[in-house]
Amino acid sequence: MAIVHCNNVAIKGIAACVPEHIEDNKTLSLLGGSDEAERFIGTTGVEFRHTVNGTGLCTSDLCFEAADRLLKELEWGSDEVDCLIFVSQTPDYILPATSCILQHRLGLSTDCFAIDISLGCSGWVYGLSTIASLMASGTMKKGLLLTGDTTTVTKSPRDKSTYPLFGDAGTATALEYTEGSGSIMFHMGTDGKGFDSIMIPDGGFRNFYNEHSLQIEEVEPGIYRNRLQSILNGPAVFTFGITKAPRSVNTLLEHFQLSKDDIDYFVFHQANLMMNEKIRSKLKIDPSKVPYSLREYGNTSSASIPLTIVAELAPVLKTGNHRILASAFGVGLSWASVVFDTTNLVCPDVILLNATPKTIPQ
Amino acid sequence: MSDKFIDLFKETLEITDDSVQLDTEFRKLPQWDSLAFLSVIAMIDEEYDVVIEGNDFIKLITVADVINEIKNRS
Repeated sequence: MAIVHCNNVAIKGIAACVPEHIEDNKTLSLLGGSDEAERFIGTTGVEFRHTVNGTGLCTSDLCFEAADRLLKELEWGSDEVDCLIFVSQTPDYILPATSCILQHRLGLSTDCFAIDISLGCSGWVYGLSTIASLMASGTMKKGLLLTGDTTTVTKSPRDKSTYPLFGDAGTATALEYTEGSGSIMFHMGTDGKGFDSIMIPDGGFRNFYNEHSLQIEEVEPGIYRNRLQSILNGPAVFTFGITKAPRSVNTLLEHFQLSKDDIDYFVFHQANLMMNEKIRSKLKIDPSKVPYSLREYGNTSSASIPLTIVAELAPVLKTGNHRILASAFGVGLSWASVVFDTTNLVCPDVILLNATPKTIPQ
Repeated sequence: MSDKFIDLFKETLEITDDSVQLDTEFRKLPQWDSLAFLSVIAMIDEEYDVVIEGNDFIKLITVADVINEIKNRS
């Protein structure tokens, strides 16, 4: 069973950055009128979304701003960072790895461990398990986990089943080797049987970019997309999420003999309100312990958990000790849950990044 | 169980007339769309503690098919 247990590594700070541009689902013509928009918002919980909106902003730009601010707030020198992990499915290039570009851009030492991990919704928890495991031996003292996606670029603007759900965001999480800081405890899972539930069919090396990739098809009435745009099989992902997420949370709690009462906040990947509420009610968790950022930011892939922490919990977490359980589930299919503690967490307000729209080469 | 399921089904899709019967092909209802689909999956999980996966749901055509699937899995 994929249980991970790391001691002596602490989360010191979390920052998040979103594009300044906001799209309002109430007036989105794709949803076809105010009644349908209202129903969509009521069911999914997504009213506004911050989007890159054709400016060419990349996930790495958003993560850079979050990391830069976090290093300043923590008063860490950039040369002190020993390892950097970038988790995204919207990297700058097919190659090289975006983590290498960010190492240089952030002015980190060349004595720096840097890798990319390709995961979406579950990515922050998976990335956290990787970086915490790397640091637990104590030779690397400070690390940065950067996660996020510009998911709106991968969705067809003519696909009402996906486009209005997603927002763009990049986050930074700072970790430090700290003896006696307690444990970070993980449970993870994978089911590649559902690999095609959320996927971009073309543009990789299985289906190389080809003359058909940009052909727009009507896949269902009113839903148009090409083969470089993401498929989302809503019912398949929904049944997966409401089954796996509660089980993962319960497995983690049982394995480490924790009770739900030991947890101050349960932060779930922000998929959509109906799915998240279903998971919450199955776990019988009080709503006051479950923050949401869906209304303001939508589903932001691997940024959704740290963004929710920054947007909704920062005032509380800035002082004192808190225990958080986070659980994420999605593309892969992949899922993961974690319990961690924070002490006087450094948590700057959500950063808004403005960018002048530039012409995208056709 | 059939009457109760039809009531729950109508409530989920916000249908107030008699358009839902055992032999109704639910995908042909004007209220049926992707959000309705998710709501029905959630309702069946809530009421019957049964999760019908998307690939299995595709095979179900009528309201009676759904009721039989729930019975088979309960």
